[in-house]
Amino acid sequence: MEKYLYIALFAPLVSSMFSALFTNGPKKQFVGIIASLLIFTAFVSSSILLTHILDGGESVHVEMMTWMHTGNLYIPFGFVVDQISVTMMMVVTLVSTIVHIYSIGYMDHDKGFNRFFAWLSAFVFSMMILVMSDNFAGLFIGWEGVGLCSWGLIGFWFHKNIATWAANEAFIMNRIADLGMLIGIFLVYWNTGSLQYDIVFPAMAHLDTATLSWIGIFLFVGAMGKSAQFPLHTWLADAMEGPTPVSALIHAATMVTAGVYLVVRSNELYSLIPNVGLFIASLGAFVALFAASMALVNRDMKRVIAYSTLSQLGYMFAAAGLGAYWVALFHLMAHAFFKALLFLGAGNVMHAMHDELDPFKMGGLKKVMKGTWIMMTIASLALAGIFPFAGFFSKDTILEAAFAEHHMVIYGVLVFTAGLTAFYSFRLVALIFHGEERYKIFGIHPHEAYKFMLIAMSPLLILAMIAGVFQVPFFDMVEEILGAKEYHILSHTTVWIMLIGTQIFVGLAILFAYKKYASWSTVPDGSSPMENSFIYKLLYNQYYIPFAYEEYIVKPYNELSAAMWEIDKKVVDASVDGIAKAFYVTGEKTRDMQSGNLSTMLKWMVAGTVGLLSLAVVFGLVARYSDEILAILSGLGV
Amino acid sequence: MEIGLNHYLILSTILFAIGLVGIMRRKNLLLLFFATEILLNAVNIGFAAISHYYGDLTGQMFAFFVIAIAASELAVGLGLLIVWYKRHGTIDLDTMTSMRG
Repeated sequence: MEKYLYIALFAPLVSSMFSALFTNGPKKQFVGIIASLLIFTAFVSSSILLTHILDGGESVHVEMMTWMHTGNLYIPFGFVVDQISVTMMMVVTLVSTIVHIYSIGYMDHDKGFNRFFAWLSAFVFSMMILVMSDNFAGLFIGWEGVGLCSWGLIGFWFHKNIATWAANEAFIMNRIADLGMLIGIFLVYWNTGSLQYDIVFPAMAHLDTATLSWIGIFLFVGAMGKSAQFPLHTWLADAMEGPTPVSALIHAATMVTAGVYLVVRSNELYSLIPNVGLFIASLGAFVALFAASMALVNRDMKRVIAYSTLSQLGYMFAAAGLGAYWVALFHLMAHAFFKALLFLGAGNVMHAMHDELDPFKMGGLKKVMKGTWIMMTIASLALAGIFPFAGFFSKDTILEAAFAEHHMVIYGVLVFTAGLTAFYSFRLVALIFHGEERYKIFGIHPHEAYKFMLIAMSPLLILAMIAGVFQVPFFDMVEEILGAKEYHILSHTTVWIMLIGTQIFVGLAILFAYKKYASWSTVPDGSSPMENSFIYKLLYNQYYIPFAYEEYIVKPYNELSAAMWEIDKKVVDASVDGIAKAFYVTGEKTRDMQSGNLSTMLKWMVAGTVGLLSLAVVFGLVARYSDEILAILSGLGV
Repeated sequence: MEIGLNHYLILSTILFAIGLVGIMRRKNLLLLFFATEILLNAVNIGFAAISHYYGDLTGQMFAFFVIAIAASELAVGLGLLIVWYKRHGTIDLDTMTSMRG
């Protein structure tokens, strides 16, 4: 089994390095194909590992080599495949295989075709390290690796200023959060003397609650950055500047769920500190609502989907915070399938519309893009949580968990958000695919994407439809490691009322969205009363949070930096330069001594001798009469 | 007036000072050699005087060494001087500026 572990881990690395060989050359079709094949190999290996685990096999634990071994510190390059990591590996490799194949078509006309695959495969490798590592140090390496690759891919079109800006924003926001995570890891090491999961977590049972809370909080700060939770959420929407396959793979399906993975992986820690868990759940529920509200009015197709990702991450944290780790992981998996599908569909639409992102400028695309229409509708149904699609099972279990844990506020917020989710998803679908063909005003001739791209997307389509059937096997698999419990609410009647009530609520939201937007005929120009209302403006400007960050953090920081720069120039630079200049000037002045005239040289020699002699005399006298001199000095009161 | 150690030392100092001034002022290489001789002999007087004062022959021995080495140094120096004169037709110190930095 170890063989398959290594293949799953290193095939993406090989793929990345192979693609990187051709980075500077012209586009080569085979680079994309070989990269996809290698990622597919990793997927097959992961599947073999999954069947091994499903058959009740032992978790695979290998220690590839020693990384650090000094004093009491021992950190190996160790990897573990257990129920949690094998789930993540399946999600990562499956979605990335599909995204790799899809990208062959999507990046077809791009000059950076080869470079794209190098970065994308490097991302998969980092993500595999993140999920497979058996210690926090390896996790951190993967964590930083995915951050780096995310930076490279958001800023992939580096000639666009806004793309590089977004890439930097994402990286810096993540670095801020990573500091929290590092502190958390240090605290873990400080208190348990190890970073290995299988040593750390058992040891935590003996620590006091305060320490554990701090560890939990700091680790969660790291998770907040990577999963773009409030208040570090602004980067995710801006990250949509990257190519759409990147958004699908990194900013929907895998990287942003790393925070959820961290909380699930540390479930033994968070079970010991229910207060921090409750905070996580509350923050998750808040973000779910907060992000969904921003998605309601946004006029950028990819940003709407990004906010919905944010909102769904909120659901996952709500579940994880309430102790329903398996539900969080299950929703993570289901979400990866339908959200990647949604993004890839959006990529098709973007290609068809020549990179136009405003759904108000589309409309009626279902006639020309039938395949994409069906896929995006089903993905949206899954996202909205309509029976029998994937989202229904995962999201409904989260709601049940909240209800069964008697957190009615969280439950209420999540149910309400489910309605909002349905509304904005179908607002998007209705605006893009139904109604009048508003794109004709702009002289665009849309066309359907390549057939192989649609075929590549079809596994996601199937999974978005049927992922619900995995719920029971998944539960059985992770039960042992996550201490999973099924949520049974007192009476069956209550369950049915909740289920049907939610379904009706969501259904009504969908109908409302269709009714309002399916026959839309104009492109809004900012003059309607709705667009001028306070709430619309508040939501459209993302609660003015990016504005506030710009105004109250970035600008003062810039000014501070400018002031510091002045200080740097006048104090630090000036003193360093001064030393150099002093030598230079001395040299320049004393150069005249070397006139080459022997007579002058002899004079200098005599002068030097006299100087040294006088010094010797003075020091000799001082040494001889030191007692007297000291007496005089003390008399002067020195 | 008895001639004592101090007189010798004062003589030595005066001669040394004369030599030093000679080194600094003279531009003729030959006169420079003379000045150097005065310097060395000033020191020799000092050595001899102190050696006699202490009744220790080491100082006088040192003076002989200095005389011997000064003689050989002068032989070498004069040789170089003649070569220089043949080449350049002058032994003025101010014209020897090939070591200019």
